[in-house]
Amino acid sequence: MNIVRNIKEKRSKGKVGKGSRKLRIREKLNSMLWLAPSFLGVSIFYIVPFGVILYYSMIDSPLRRNFVFLDNFKALFRNDAFQAAAKNTISFSVVAVPLAVILALLLALLLEARIPLKSQFRTFFLSPLMVPVASIVLIWRVLFDYNGAINEVLAYFDIGKIDWIQSQYNQVVIAVLYLWKTLGYNMILFMAALSNIPRELLEVADVEGASPINKFFSIKLRYLSPTILFVTILSLISSFKVFREIYLLTGSYPVGRLYMLQHFMNNIFRNLDYQRLASAAIVMAVAMVIIIAILFVAENYFGKDVEG
Amino acid sequence: MGKKRYIGRTILFLLAAVFAVGFLMPTVLTLSNSFMAQSEIDSNYGMVFRDARQSSGNAYVSDSVNLKLIPDKVSFIQYIVVLFRSPDYILKLWNSIILVLPIVIAQVGIASFAAYSFSRYQSRFKNVIFFSYIILMLMPYQVTTVPNYLVANWTGLINTRWAVIFPGAFAPFSVFLLTKFMRRIPVSLIEAAKLDGASEWQIFTGVCLPQCRSALYSIVILVFIDYWNMVELPIIMLNEADKQPLSVYLSVINAGEVGVAFAIAVVYMIPPLLLFLHGEEALVEGITHSGSVKG
Repeated sequence: MNIVRNIKEKRSKGKVGKGSRKLRIREKLNSMLWLAPSFLGVSIFYIVPFGVILYYSMIDSPLRRNFVFLDNFKALFRNDAFQAAAKNTISFSVVAVPLAVILALLLALLLEARIPLKSQFRTFFLSPLMVPVASIVLIWRVLFDYNGAINEVLAYFDIGKIDWIQSQYNQVVIAVLYLWKTLGYNMILFMAALSNIPRELLEVADVEGASPINKFFSIKLRYLSPTILFVTILSLISSFKVFREIYLLTGSYPVGRLYMLQHFMNNIFRNLDYQRLASAAIVMAVAMVIIIAILFVAENYFGKDVEG
Repeated sequence: MGKKRYIGRTILFLLAAVFAVGFLMPTVLTLSNSFMAQSEIDSNYGMVFRDARQSSGNAYVSDSVNLKLIPDKVSFIQYIVVLFRSPDYILKLWNSIILVLPIVIAQVGIASFAAYSFSRYQSRFKNVIFFSYIILMLMPYQVTTVPNYLVANWTGLINTRWAVIFPGAFAPFSVFLLTKFMRRIPVSLIEAAKLDGASEWQIFTGVCLPQCRSALYSIVILVFIDYWNMVELPIIMLNEADKQPLSVYLSVINAGEVGVAFAIAVVYMIPPLLLFLHGEEALVEGITHSGSVKG
């Protein structure tokens, strides 16, 4: 009884009465207190300096501080190194990200089928996520070296030696490493999404004699579309992180097509060219926001009839 | 009909097996190579690590690469060298530990406070903050390292551990994931605790945290592996090689030390792999629930 009255009292207080306002302000203060450590830290280390970067990107130098608006950006886009880095980064992501999405979906479908040792396979596919890249670059070098194992296998099929790391094929080497690392995580996301598709719908399709391929394209894909969006965004972000793999495999000065935006940034860090650093960061942030917005719009368009 | 299905399943199983071999091979090969003596490494991979061959003298080197799953002779010599005779590697391993542990503890701790705030009370102001956290989370390193560097530069933290630890401690990833978990806690549970006279702190430690125990575990695993793997921040923030974590240092193996490098590579992957084997279920659950930016 007491409890019920208490609830009623609180409810009425929440809506009307003089005490409500005071209570609400206290609650607000209290809740801000919980948020404060995180918000202060994020502000100090991310948000405020980002504002400064925005400012730096539009002045001519931190000492003279003349406002030049877009000049830094124009200079950046004319810069050869930036062009090369942007081109390499884009060409890598354009190929690797769709592969990471499609192959992960295939793996998830594979584990959906009735095969033995399913949970072991899941563990195996997920395990690369937990292996530090630094630990396996040695093996990667053994595999992809000019005198390495892959070329030996190719020689068996009468295919000439390929200089994987030094030639235009080096993006392939990194792409394989990237896929090895990201597929497991993406697969888990797809497995969860697949298990959330209403069973009745698939059963109805079975009764009406739909083929597995038909079922996949007209039912499953629709329900998967939010997950596809999410996995694409995640894979895109991690595709920008392949600098890690490249650095560990080839050092600070990679050859040709492995020169990525992060390398470009690292070189500017070394010279501390604030204008270029700031404008490059802004350009990338804006590009990222635009890409994600486009993906969201696309998902809304394709997945609108199953919103749930 | 039945037979056809059986064949189909066998094909799918074989396909899965082929993938599994591909996924496991690098890890397993690294493991098995760490049990080879340097002479065997040299004779197997001499052509790959050509610099290594020069320094290790006149050991026999085969012309072709010889990938072996099982060493000719199992030897623990590399591990002995790593553990007792190469202070350099141990120092780098220690660097990794003292960078990663504070980051994991601080990030998850700070994030659980923030997530509690986000999940308990909502206001327009806080929605804006949460949205900006999501945007921040989606930003690639190339963007976020610049503000991190500026602040470290202003505060004189460059070339100290703190320049790596602070940005890690406040990274918004855990906040996002934990908030999603805490929002799933039934309101009635919290209301009940409140009616019993529990303070906010008691609700937080007595109701909220126990309810997301597996979420916390999975976040710890994900954050740990992310920073255990880090390369970008340390090479920008830390100039001296002495301060670099092992994840950076492993790529700069000295000539003639390939065998030792395999052993240290294995040592380096043991902590995350143990975490993985112990917490796989929690991890999978955590990944599953990270499944949508919208929710």
